[in-house]
Amino acid sequence: MGWNSGQLAVAVIVGYMLLLLGIGVLSGRVFRGTAADYFVASRGIGPFVLLMSVFGTTMTSFAIIGSSAEAFTAGVGVYGKMVSWSGIFHSVCFFLIGVRLWSFGKRYGYTTQIQFFRDRFDSNNLGLLLFPALLALVIPYLLMGVIGAATAIENITAEAFPQTFPATKGGIPFWLGGLIVCIVVLIYVFLGGVRGAAWANTLQTLVFVVLGVVTFAVIAGRLGGPAAATRQVAHYNPAHLKLGATEADEAVFAQRLAEFEAGDSPIKPRHPHEIPALVFITYIFIPFSVAMFPHLFQHWLTARSAAAFKLTVVAHPLLMMLTWLPCVLIGVWATSAVVPETGAAVVPPDFTRANAVLPLMVNKLAPTLIGGLLVAGVLAAIMSSLDSQFICLGNIFTNDIVNHYLGQDRLSDRAVVLLGRGFIVGIVAVTYALSLTVPGASVFRLGVWCFTGFASLAPLVFAALYWRRATKAGAYACVLVAAAVGLTLFALAFRETGLQAEHEFLIFGMMPVALNVVGAAGALVIVSMLTQPPPAATVAKFFGPRP
Amino acid sequence: MRTVVWLLLVALIVLHQDFWNWRTREPLVFGFIPSGLAWHVGISLAAALVAALAVRFCWPAELEAPDGQDAGSSR
Repeated sequence: MGWNSGQLAVAVIVGYMLLLLGIGVLSGRVFRGTAADYFVASRGIGPFVLLMSVFGTTMTSFAIIGSSAEAFTAGVGVYGKMVSWSGIFHSVCFFLIGVRLWSFGKRYGYTTQIQFFRDRFDSNNLGLLLFPALLALVIPYLLMGVIGAATAIENITAEAFPQTFPATKGGIPFWLGGLIVCIVVLIYVFLGGVRGAAWANTLQTLVFVVLGVVTFAVIAGRLGGPAAATRQVAHYNPAHLKLGATEADEAVFAQRLAEFEAGDSPIKPRHPHEIPALVFITYIFIPFSVAMFPHLFQHWLTARSAAAFKLTVVAHPLLMMLTWLPCVLIGVWATSAVVPETGAAVVPPDFTRANAVLPLMVNKLAPTLIGGLLVAGVLAAIMSSLDSQFICLGNIFTNDIVNHYLGQDRLSDRAVVLLGRGFIVGIVAVTYALSLTVPGASVFRLGVWCFTGFASLAPLVFAALYWRRATKAGAYACVLVAAAVGLTLFALAFRETGLQAEHEFLIFGMMPVALNVVGAAGALVIVSMLTQPPPAATVAKFFGPRP
Repeated sequence: MRTVVWLLLVALIVLHQDFWNWRTREPLVFGFIPSGLAWHVGISLAAALVAALAVRFCWPAELEAPDGQDAGSSR
């Protein structure tokens, strides 16, 4: 038929979207029509689907688009900054936080985080403080997904419709790709709720893990094998293969730049990049963000039993490695890769759109059919997070605001579900509009800031579960300090760097998350110690033996 | 055993700061993975192992309730 890679990618995208819609229809037939089934799948999810849905939810465009972009920008150090820390502390959070929250959720019937925190701290108004904070943090999380998906689609479908979309070299433009992804995810989520999302996540997680490895093998093969690809980087951009740059790396950079400017080399070298030790160690706080992800909390509540968590705790670090390692290597290889047939650089010199590096490598190096399939892997990772986040937003709005203030019996379950859907559509529309205003924002930088916010709230959940002396006032102080410090630092960072890939905003030479977490934790502890202890009944409820 | 698991966790945190790898890329493990990156892949594998030990020896079995006892069981 003679389709080019862009056209095959379009065909795969259409087929993949139809498959997801089919899953939505199927899970909609299983849907029992109750809010509990819609939001927590009636607490019946087993270990394998729980692992797939938890992992699929946590692996976003940050893991696929962001990882390769950051590796392209700053080298292999991104794996140590993010993956090896997360491999340790995500499992710690699932073990220490996830299982315990599941237990309380089952015991007391919680379906949202806010319900738990209101109960634990005997405070109705804590929900009014947490709701906007969580919403403000979920929106950039959604934004990452929409930007990542739209960027991937635009670049992978290049040359598909050259007459229709000349401005994007024939690729489906950013605005249309983002819109399609939002609408498809909304539809299958509306049809099946969290059960639909869990089933879709199971498929999508398998797709992106398997196709990620296939992408890696295909691209490595086209570059003459992984060893040849790495040797190419060692020749042109040696500093990208380690954390710290040496004087020898600077000398190589100067020499390769001279060769490029003389026209003797197709590769313009990237300036050697150093990751300072204090930055490397303060990334330790980022993984604790999972302790407060509302969409992850929702997946935890779907577990059939505490034992269902065991597989997730053990397998999560391995799945992270399988997902990130290929993307990091592809990002690094992209700095020095040449198209075998022409000898031209795969990524043009002075290329600044780091988000587009992986899709560009796939479009230029993967044979047309495989390239078409690989786009499904990228979209799978992105959409498997968007669906959970969409549902979570509806859940916290309907349960924590509508039901809580109007009364549980005022509205039928059907009305609750419809209200939730309306809210979700509104937030998605806002996010989509935002994506059109900042399409070039670095997915990696956006993700780190989003995780910074959630991580700064992690002291709240740890204290709620393990420190009986934590008080309502301490909880308020934690959230308020986390918000104040976080917003201040974010505003400074946005003004200074514009969230571009090349610039990492630091405070006192450290990642801002360190200051945010320490400040919020300090406020929680100090204010708790200065205020009245919680009532004995509350302590007994959460720390006493099961009746 | 719980103490051992906690100590292993601390060991992982310390070993994560592999300053001896920060300015070298050699040897290339399997011919293509820089030594520092390979070290951190090892940290990921070790994290899974420590997690398995925690699940095996430190699992909070008291959190599991018989079905039907809890408010959330019937929802």
